Amino acid sequence: MSLIYFEDLAAGQVREWGPRTVTREEIVAFASEFDPQPMHLDEDAAKQSILGGLAASGWHTCAIMMRMFCDGLLLNSTSQGSPGIDETLWKKPVRPGDALTVRHTVLETRASKSRPDIGLVRHQCEVLNQRGEPVMEMRFTSMFTKRSAA
Amino acid sequence: MFFFDDIEVGWRRELGKHVFTAEEIKRFASRYDPQRFHMDEEAAKQSNFGALCASGWHTAAVCMRMIVDSTKRLGAEMIERGEKPARSGPSPGFNDLKWLKPVYAGDTITFTSEVVEKRASESRPGWGVIKTRFTGHNQNGVPVYQFDGIVFIERRSA
Repeated sequence: MSLIYFEDLAAGQVREWGPRTVTREEIVAFASEFDPQPMHLDEDAAKQSILGGLAASGWHTCAIMMRMFCDGLLLNSTSQGSPGIDETLWKKPVRPGDALTVRHTVLETRASKSRPDIGLVRHQCEVLNQRGEPVMEMRFTSMFTKRSAA
Repeated sequence: MFFFDDIEVGWRRELGKHVFTAEEIKRFASRYDPQRFHMDEEAAKQSNFGALCASGWHTAAVCMRMIVDSTKRLGAEMIERGEKPARSGPSPGFNDLKWLKPVYAGDTITFTSEVVEKRASESRPGWGVIKTRFTGHNQNGVPVYQFDGIVFIERRSA
C-alpha cells in the first residue's frame, strides 16, 4: 500500500477499521495503571455503580481507538502528530467481550498557514460496538506532510 | 470528593507529578500508539518532534491516574474528619484537549485542576455537573497539556 500524504485525504472520505475485541484482562490492566476506579476493576463493585457492571475506562477506549487509527491509517502515512481533540463523547460503556469498529470520516482539509510543508486534517471517529451502537465519538485535527514537500 | 454544593468555581489544586521515562513511553506506545516518534529515539530525531516523546494519549492516561489518586486522597481526608465523601458519577466526555508541547523522555509533568463551571443536572436530580480544566506543566513551567473534563457529582441536598 502506498504511503498516504496530506493530498490523499479529502473531505467526505469514510474508512472503517475493526472489529477489535476488548478483553476483561486488558480493561483491568489499563485501569490498574491509569484509572483505578472500582467500576473499571471489579465486577461486584461495578454492579453497584451507575455503569451497572464492569466497563473500560473512557481513556482506554480513546487509546484503543488510537491504535486502530494507527493500524488503519497513521502508520502508513506522513502523520506529524496532533495539536489536540476538540470534543470526545463517551456515549455507552464498553464491556468485556465487546467488539469495536471505528468509522473514520475526513471532515475537512486545509493547508497550514505557518508551515508550507504541512496540511491540517479534521477527523471524526465514531467507535461502534458489535450491535452497531456508538460507544464513543471524537472530533480532532492532525497534521500530515504534503506530497509536494516530500 | 466534596459535594457539588461545596465546590466553588475557581477551586484549584495540585494533583501530583509524574516522570515520563523512555521505557514507559515506548511501552505505552507499543500497545496503543506505535508511531515512530513514540517508539524509537533515532527515528524521533528525524521527526518534527526532534526527540523521543510520549503519545498524547499516554499523557492523558497519566493525568487520569493523577485525578483518581488525588480524589481518593481527598475522600480519605474527609472520612478522617468524620465527613461522608460525595459520590462522583461517570463522565460524559471532554472538550478542548490540547497537546501544547511534546512531553519528552525524562520530563517531569505536574498536573493541576481548576473548577471552571458548575450547574445542576437536568437529567439526574440530586446530582450536579462540574466542568474542570486540567493542566500539565513540565519541569520548566511550560504548559504541555490541557483539557476540560465534565463529571457528575452528588449534591448534599439529595
